[in-house]
Amino acid sequence: MEEKEYTISVLTEDKPGMLNRLTIILSRRKINISSLNVSTTEVSGVSRYTLVVLASRDELEKVVKQIRKLIEVLGAFLYEEDQIFYQEIALYKVSASVFEQNGMIEKLVRNNGARIIALDQRHIIIEKTGTKEETHELYQELEPFGILEFVRSGRVAISKSTRKTEAFIRELENSKSNKLSIKDF
Amino acid sequence: METTLLTKEEIKTIKGSEALLKSLINENVDTVFGYPGGAIMPVYDSLFHYADQLNHILTRHEQGAIHAAQGYARSSGKVGVCFATSGPGATNLITGIADAQIDSTPLVCITGQVASHLLGSDAFQETDIIGISMPVTKWNFQVTSASEIPYAISRAFYIARSGRPGPVLIDITKDAQQELFEFNYQPCVKIRSYQPYPEVNQDRILEASKLINSSKKPLVLVGQGVTLSGAEEEFKAFIQKAGLPVASTLLGLSALSVKHPLYVGYAGMHGNYGPNIKTNECDLLIAVGMRFDDRVTGNLSSYAKQAKIIHIELDPAEIDKNVKTNVAINADAKQALKLLTPLLEVNEHQSWLNEFRECDRMEEEKIVKEACAPKEGGLRMSEVIHQVSEITRGKAILVTDVGQHQMIASRYYRFDQKKSNITSGGLGTMGFCLPAALGAKIGCPDRQVIGVVGDGGFQMTVQELGTIMQYNIDIKILILNNNFLGMVRQWQQLFFDSRYSFTEMANPDFIALAGSYKISAQKVVDRAQLIPGIKTWLETEGPSLLEVAVEKEENVFPMVPTGKSVSEIRLE
Repeated sequence: MEEKEYTISVLTEDKPGMLNRLTIILSRRKINISSLNVSTTEVSGVSRYTLVVLASRDELEKVVKQIRKLIEVLGAFLYEEDQIFYQEIALYKVSASVFEQNGMIEKLVRNNGARIIALDQRHIIIEKTGTKEETHELYQELEPFGILEFVRSGRVAISKSTRKTEAFIRELENSKSNKLSIKDF
Repeated sequence: METTLLTKEEIKTIKGSEALLKSLINENVDTVFGYPGGAIMPVYDSLFHYADQLNHILTRHEQGAIHAAQGYARSSGKVGVCFATSGPGATNLITGIADAQIDSTPLVCITGQVASHLLGSDAFQETDIIGISMPVTKWNFQVTSASEIPYAISRAFYIARSGRPGPVLIDITKDAQQELFEFNYQPCVKIRSYQPYPEVNQDRILEASKLINSSKKPLVLVGQGVTLSGAEEEFKAFIQKAGLPVASTLLGLSALSVKHPLYVGYAGMHGNYGPNIKTNECDLLIAVGMRFDDRVTGNLSSYAKQAKIIHIELDPAEIDKNVKTNVAINADAKQALKLLTPLLEVNEHQSWLNEFRECDRMEEEKIVKEACAPKEGGLRMSEVIHQVSEITRGKAILVTDVGQHQMIASRYYRFDQKKSNITSGGLGTMGFCLPAALGAKIGCPDRQVIGVVGDGGFQMTVQELGTIMQYNIDIKILILNNNFLGMVRQWQQLFFDSRYSFTEMANPDFIALAGSYKISAQKVVDRAQLIPGIKTWLETEGPSLLEVAVEKEENVFPMVPTGKSVSEIRLE
């Protein structure tokens, strides 16, 4: 089975321990999580987990169904790259003296649609939002100047589907039967 | 406790520990299996006053308590309940919880926990049982305030028993047990994020009926789902209308009487020849309430490749997990069968059925005849089970442990009544039998309960003889003693060039051991004593034990070796 990068989006009740419940389903199968984000949603009391994993579709469909079995999970969805809009944020720390001596960095920041969010005597912090490829590109360009520290956030993704979280939750509250059909990912 | 001792004002507020017991009573719990300890002492103190409403069975180990609760749940169809303290008490439950999870047994386990201000500090007998039990429970929850108790218990029971059943663990801190609060109990009827019963897709039902109606060589696999949904009658109507041959999984045994004319045997690694061979010859495989475990399928890449597959299963995560289906019906077995049967054409598949009977004759000739009535040599496990089956007319509840005796009991006990097969299937937990059997008897006191166990498994939970003695639990224990871990030895013989690495056992005098627990016991060593021995053992009033010294190196055949196809089943 061909392995690919997939995004799993999970809506859960906002309860402690949920992250552990989700990740043990992946770690059991030795699937590594390449990025993870937990956030609130437009519905109060509902959290969204966004996980990026590298695995085969066949295996991930099984994983998503096992995630859906968790009592506090409201819904879980499996997305390929073209089914979502997504972004990540990266922060780069560069020495202030290098920045001052070399005008190139400022140019790179501008050309890459990044921005400088902090500047003090010792270092500057550059922020760039984009896909992993885009933030990686800036990383490569900054690398010759010496990156003191680098961090990239988990992916945040919104699906292209017309499903609305609030309507979906309301449907769950009113329905007597299963949340999602077995073929619905 | 008589509330008359309390003032009117106090009546409204009760301790968390008492609220727990009241909540259990609200859920119609009559029996609790457990073991006390520091962090659950407030609950046990309240229990002292509720002894007239809750029957508490003190086991000799927490593992005994949980297996007993499993046996109770499976014989009664109710939720099994057990109590344990924090730390080691809680961790001793884990094997049983994992067993219940994989075999879909409804349980509510209550564990005591250190006081909430000590959580996370490595306090005495503190263990993170929520974290530890997370992968093996259907749900778990930690209560740190008494007011959460009704919420937690009502949800626990709803979750444990609905949908695909399973174990739930509720961990209650000691301070929450002692805290006073205003108690009010509402049973749980809905959780928005948990919808245990899917809407049945009518199109799938129709598609399935078409496949069944046009099939020439259909084969049904019945699993525990039929037992769990109480669909035995619906299942019978379903197979009888279309004349469908039925094979059973290990946990499906007893859902349909072995004597039913459409029953063709037990499928899987040590199952019957016919159903295994015919799995790879049928044109339609109809799986009802089962999950295509690897012990049933053998090598998946050569499993029923020629057949169309219909899978009726309540748990969506089991559908397309191991075997890809043509028609998946995500539904409770009872509901699906009720919809499906009316769409079936009356049919009989006589010549196809005859092919199974032909396989039976072959198996009878090559294996069964000699296994059930050997002329010479030592006693064989199979002949013992065969005789027990004959003498009880297949009417007992059979609780088995894990290993050769389990496979043999599953092959040779002719189950004639539903809900009669209690065994550790998915997890394969040695030591399951003795406590599960005592629990099964308490869950179903009107039926005869027989525990069949090997000398290895018996010693894993042998301490429960104490429980059986204390409560005079009328179970009949059969030890098939070969002084070996027989199944491992068989594999060593077949797959590891007979290197019997640490499988031979020096055993205690089981008769004397039973005697020290005041349990009447006898030993059979030769064939002439077997039938009278079984009769005396079964007729003895109260608990009794029969040890049969069996052939040291008997192998269980047929066998589908691991990784082989079901069509490569070995008869010798």
